Amino acid sequence: MNLKRSLGIMAALAATVQLASAADIIGKVTLKGTPPPEKELPLDPNCGKLHTTKPKTRFYVTGENNGLADVFVYIKDGLTGKTFEVPTEAALLDQKNCEYLPYVMGLQTNQKLLVRNSDPLLHNVHPTPTVAGNKEKNLAQMPKSKDLEFTFPSPEIFVRYKCDVHPWMFAYVGVLEHPFYAVSDKDGNFKIANVPPGDYTVEAYHRKGGKVTQQVKVENATKTADFTVEVAESK
Amino acid sequence: MLSRSQQWLQRFAWFSAAATLCLIGIGGVVTSKGVGMAVPDWPTTYGYNMFLFPVSQWVGGIFYEHTHRLVASFVGLLTTILAAWLFFADNRKWMRLLGVIAFFLVVFQGVLGGLRVTAMKDEIGIFHGTLAQLFFCLICAITFFSSNWWRNVSFRSDEEAIKSAMPWFIVTTSIILLQLIIGASMRHQHSGLAVPDFPLAYGKWWPDLDPASLERYNQMRLDVRDYGNVTAPQIILHMTHRFIAVIILALTAFCFWKSRGLELPLMVRRLVTSWALLILTQATLGIATVLSKKAADIATAHVVIGALSLAWGVLIVIALKRVIWRDVPVELQRQDQLLNERGGQAFAA
Repeated sequence: MNLKRSLGIMAALAATVQLASAADIIGKVTLKGTPPPEKELPLDPNCGKLHTTKPKTRFYVTGENNGLADVFVYIKDGLTGKTFEVPTEAALLDQKNCEYLPYVMGLQTNQKLLVRNSDPLLHNVHPTPTVAGNKEKNLAQMPKSKDLEFTFPSPEIFVRYKCDVHPWMFAYVGVLEHPFYAVSDKDGNFKIANVPPGDYTVEAYHRKGGKVTQQVKVENATKTADFTVEVAESK
Repeated sequence: MLSRSQQWLQRFAWFSAAATLCLIGIGGVVTSKGVGMAVPDWPTTYGYNMFLFPVSQWVGGIFYEHTHRLVASFVGLLTTILAAWLFFADNRKWMRLLGVIAFFLVVFQGVLGGLRVTAMKDEIGIFHGTLAQLFFCLICAITFFSSNWWRNVSFRSDEEAIKSAMPWFIVTTSIILLQLIIGASMRHQHSGLAVPDFPLAYGKWWPDLDPASLERYNQMRLDVRDYGNVTAPQIILHMTHRFIAVIILALTAFCFWKSRGLELPLMVRRLVTSWALLILTQATLGIATVLSKKAADIATAHVVIGALSLAWGVLIVIALKRVIWRDVPVELQRQDQLLNERGGQAFAA
């Protein structure tokens, strides 16, 4: 009993020390080039009633100073051999007004992902992973019914979620073995929190703009890493 | 002339063939709109008995998929009636057998459609799409075998000339079948258009297929339906489809030219001419499918005309075979002669 308690205290201390010496990676993703205009979603009458203006595709969502939203920024390399606890808190993907929210999100392997239907109409929830180990499922979800639960044991960027009832509904989930990821906000800003000191390859992955990587050395202070993603057609 | 009963049988066969073509069209709409998985369960629909699913819930993609299932059930019913009708009212053993085959095929096809949904396997979808075309050919053939023309044609022609032309029609029809299998593969991979431009492919006669190019192609795909990523094999399949289309156009033109030198009944001539027109239409629709970014209505029309093109090829081959009667197996001749001698009286109600 004493040994167990001692080990527990040591683990807690180690975690505290690690957190104390961890730092954040912050930055901004900027879009270079002029993106093609977004297209209106072909909503059916039932979904149309849920909107006052016609929603559009979310291929390139930009904000202040061309900040690019929905970029999945994560540590691609530098964590080999390290293992990380699976968060007990579940991530949430909502279906609201016939759209998946958020459009891009992150998740750790084996972490629970709850999919909610906040709409007054039914959806089918259809993740279509392609990496071995992650299972494709297709489940009906009635209005306001219980959240559906998913987990993915293998890393995969991105697992695509779709609704076949409303074939314009998509969400993209980046699944990693570690918790060091972020999704850029409406102005392109991101923050990867509590990264242990080390040398890392950080990748910014935008579904249509592609991937950009850079080397980042994390010490005890917050590190800044900005990225520029180019519009695919201008390449 | 056909007896009254035979006339009704033939009308029913015609109706079954038309319903099957409609079903193929609705199946085409389902894949064109990418809503094949809109109803996740089978044989139930969102937990309901398929036939009791509330109309108020037929929304979005469910409308197309559920309609496809209901029409498929209707075609299943028609095929069952047709098979039973042939079994009890047609004394040609091989026709009865065709009816039985049609019955089992339609049941198998229904199960395949269900498995496509529950097992979530594209391969099953490809098989389902191809079998639909073959089933349609079978129903068209049954309709043709039930016709007055088939039973009573007395036209005699230069058999050697027809025999020498026949392989061209068989080869062309076989290549059309191959083309339809490739088309079904392209549609059931749910990747949209693997090549978005025409006549070039990504601006070249043969597109680059290295990983960097593929990544760029995928980044440039900005369809509302946000298809999955396109892969090199899918692009190769698309290019093969284009290449085979050119071969089919050339072969059909050759068959048409060859048929002009043959003594053929007017009905067969009309079949060959309309076949050539169908193939031309089909090629145009193929181009339009690319240029319209795979608009659902055009892509569906491409599926329907494809099915008709295959069925027409099969019917032409059957008709040519019928004209050179002596090539038909003796047993078959005997049964048909017997039928004609009886004047259909044996099949009167």
